[in-house]
Amino acid sequence: MSSKSEQLPSVTYTSIVRPRNWSRFLSISPAILFLGFFFIYPVVLLLGLSFVDSSGTLTLEHYTRLYEKAVYAKVLLITLKIAGWTTIFSILAGYPIAYLLSTVKSSTRNSLVIWVLMPFWTSFLVRTFAWIVLLGRHGALNELLLALGIVDAPVRLIFNFTGVMIGMVHALMPLCILTMMSVMENIDRNLVSAASTLGARGGQAFWRVYFPLSAPGVAAGGMLVFITALGFFITPALLGGARDTMIVQVIIFQIHEVLNWGFAGAIAMLLLASVLVIFFFYDQLLGLSTLSGESTHEHKKGVIGRIGRRLGGGVINILGYLCEQGGILIDKLTPQRTDRARRQGSRTTLWITAMTVIAFLCIPALFVIPVSFTEDGFLGWPPKGFSLQWYEQVLNSPAWAAAASRSFVVAISSALLGMSIGVPAAFFLARRQFFGKAALFAFLVSPIIMPNIIIAVALFYLYAKLGLVGTNIGLILGHTILAIPYVVITVMAILKNYDHRLDQAAWTLGANKWQTLTRITLPLLSAGLIAAFMFAFVISFDELTIALFVTGGEVTTLPKQMWDDALMRVSPALAAVATLLLAFMSCIIFSTEYVRRRGLRK
Amino acid sequence: MTEYKLRTHNVRKTYGSVVALKAASIEMQEGEFLTLLGPSGSGKTTLLMAIAGLNNPDSGDIWIDGKLANFLPPFKRDLGMVFQNYALFPHMNIFDNIAFPLRMRKMPMALIRKEVARVLEIVELDHVAKRFPRELSGGQQQRIALARCFVYKPSIILMDEPLGALDKKLRETLQREIKQLHENLGITVLYVTHDQEEAMVMSDRICVMNDGSIDQIGTPNELYFQPSTMFSADFLGESNLFDAQVLEVGKDSVLMRGPAGMNVLGELKEPVKIGEQVKFMIRPETVDTDNDATRDNAVEGILKEVIVFGQITKYFIELSDGTEMVSTQLTCRGSSTIEIGQRIILNWAKTSTVILTNDAGS
Repeated sequence: MSSKSEQLPSVTYTSIVRPRNWSRFLSISPAILFLGFFFIYPVVLLLGLSFVDSSGTLTLEHYTRLYEKAVYAKVLLITLKIAGWTTIFSILAGYPIAYLLSTVKSSTRNSLVIWVLMPFWTSFLVRTFAWIVLLGRHGALNELLLALGIVDAPVRLIFNFTGVMIGMVHALMPLCILTMMSVMENIDRNLVSAASTLGARGGQAFWRVYFPLSAPGVAAGGMLVFITALGFFITPALLGGARDTMIVQVIIFQIHEVLNWGFAGAIAMLLLASVLVIFFFYDQLLGLSTLSGESTHEHKKGVIGRIGRRLGGGVINILGYLCEQGGILIDKLTPQRTDRARRQGSRTTLWITAMTVIAFLCIPALFVIPVSFTEDGFLGWPPKGFSLQWYEQVLNSPAWAAAASRSFVVAISSALLGMSIGVPAAFFLARRQFFGKAALFAFLVSPIIMPNIIIAVALFYLYAKLGLVGTNIGLILGHTILAIPYVVITVMAILKNYDHRLDQAAWTLGANKWQTLTRITLPLLSAGLIAAFMFAFVISFDELTIALFVTGGEVTTLPKQMWDDALMRVSPALAAVATLLLAFMSCIIFSTEYVRRRGLRK
Repeated sequence: MTEYKLRTHNVRKTYGSVVALKAASIEMQEGEFLTLLGPSGSGKTTLLMAIAGLNNPDSGDIWIDGKLANFLPPFKRDLGMVFQNYALFPHMNIFDNIAFPLRMRKMPMALIRKEVARVLEIVELDHVAKRFPRELSGGQQQRIALARCFVYKPSIILMDEPLGALDKKLRETLQREIKQLHENLGITVLYVTHDQEEAMVMSDRICVMNDGSIDQIGTPNELYFQPSTMFSADFLGESNLFDAQVLEVGKDSVLMRGPAGMNVLGELKEPVKIGEQVKFMIRPETVDTDNDATRDNAVEGILKEVIVFGQITKYFIELSDGTEMVSTQLTCRGSSTIEIGQRIILNWAKTSTVILTNDAGS
């Protein structure tokens, strides 16, 4: 009896087996395998095509053609120019809002952010059509300018560079604002106070202390906008003229009209190369880690980093000096009285600027609503009379109904698939320390950085071999590629604020790992998980590029149906669809916001 | 009238419906070290921010060097501020951080170098000039924050719980260092803390704040031995605080009836009437347990608990009606022969009885 009990301990010791190495990677492997097969593999295949000719032998003919024909260099230049100006305008207009949002109290910020995000959530095509209505020759803006007597004849605001700029800045500024805001929120407000007690005037304190600290956010926001802008084709196609053709439009032309896959691959390679070059410079200047909103104050050692720092320092000195002189001048004109408060002019100006920009972001989406009730046969301003005929037409059309139901099925499925792959991956990345973590993170979010058109064309090529073209499965898999990065980023962000000790408490109280996960961790994270799901849903619901290719023209989703319709004829039926979508999306946003707030109250 | 270095008169500040500061009036002499002491939410930081020009008070006046400064922007007030989390600029190295105020004052570069080197020597950190704030320890960062403040010789230095984030040992070292810098450089310091020991150690005078208003201003000694309000008596140090009724009023002493029917003799400081309800306070360290018959006051109780706190020992005694009284004495080997549960006589001098009239305490 006694000898038995003495042997027991040794038995339990030997039964403790260290988990096998591979089982630790169980949670991350689906993400790696999925993206490896459906993202990396087809993209490599596509780019590989650019090195072979029609008979299958290795050749550089596509690249020599790219080099010899002046038109492609010109298109690349136009693309860079449009992306560059979009970035500059997005930063200039977005900075005041981001600054305001990061300095107001959190309740005000939450309600303002909804308005900033409004265009981000509302359908891409809806916004573009809204601009057509607003900016057209007989559009609302021209009518207004004529009525006010500012111009004598309608101004050309659309189907040229101006139109492209307005459309693209509108589409991309929210991204820029959010990125800048995430950095600004972490800037200690005391630093500006400290600067002012140390003798810096308001403007000086801003330029010498606040601005340099917010610069990583500006750079990160700017780069995201620039890279995304490079891959744009919907806005330039709908709002631009013939001279505003961007590189993606050329790729689409090569595949749809000429069926020259090799050459399309070569242009895609050119696009990818420009993206990578920009990444290289960004990394040299600021380091890629700043992209995730972390402000490292490490100084980059390279030559480019040094030059950049010199230039930046010089600019800041000049701006600081100008502000100081301006302040002194104002002091001379209206001497400071110590018994009376000076009117806070700068704050008012900031609010006015920010509100103007928010109006710019919101109004187009709201403008399609009255237009959808017009009796007229075409999209115009002001709408004539009141009629529900366009809603009738849309709701009774089997094509629209089929597109809507397919969009739903695809969006819900790809959001679910994206969550089931992305959430475990996010847990893995957030909770473990291992070699190559940064590289793995970069790999998981790389679909964001890859221009969608490359993914779309590559998937089309892969699906043609697998027989997935025109199937819902193909569409779902494609949208899941785009959903994974957003799910990973959102869930990692909420996990960063999750107190790990709650899990440890549950373990000490007797819960096993699975019980802890289902009873403690997931319920506490539910608000964030719902947000991640909604994010993935909306991305799929609004996605056009991949839908355009992998549906093979056989089946349609809502955005694709809108696109096809718009290419034929811009009718008020589109405004009706846009309004319905707007209402639907608003429901989603507000219910997400409601869930989030309820989650906070808990 | 003497010219004060700093004077505030009835400064009031509200945030929405919350009154953060009711009507604060303080005066500071040149070279004085004044501490605003109070629990969190008592308005001390609000007052400091108003003096720094970082928030605009709703009403009241602020004079700096005899000049009205109500709405003077912070950069024109010629004062220095040390923040709780140091507020060192993370994108500048230590040299640039300390040089910042001098650059704002358009000092020539050669002089800036000299001045920065001088203050770095004062805080004994001359080897860190090229480093960035995050590369320094908390104590070093605090020294740099002080150096950045001293370097441009502001006439007043405001400190907002500057040692709050440091551990106890380091805090005590830096308390002494700040005190020494204050004496050597002859600067005027307005200091904010919620730590009563810190306030006692460092200050010339302490201003006790409670619930948005000033409770009492005085030297550490006055506040400790002659608190005029319940709050000050309770917040500074430990106290035995009881209700009592005035029985007799003599020439220089008052007789009161305290808890458990004890008669207590106290010194007459403020006029009281016979029959008036008052409170009285006795510091535990003035209560003896050695049954010395020459003391003015004596009360009997049962020893409930003895706790040794290092250099002091606390005796918890229950009086006949259940009231608890504490006596604190220096710990020494075999000092106590009394055992728990035994009867014990507590006694103290009438000068140790501090009478608090009810209006002052409300």
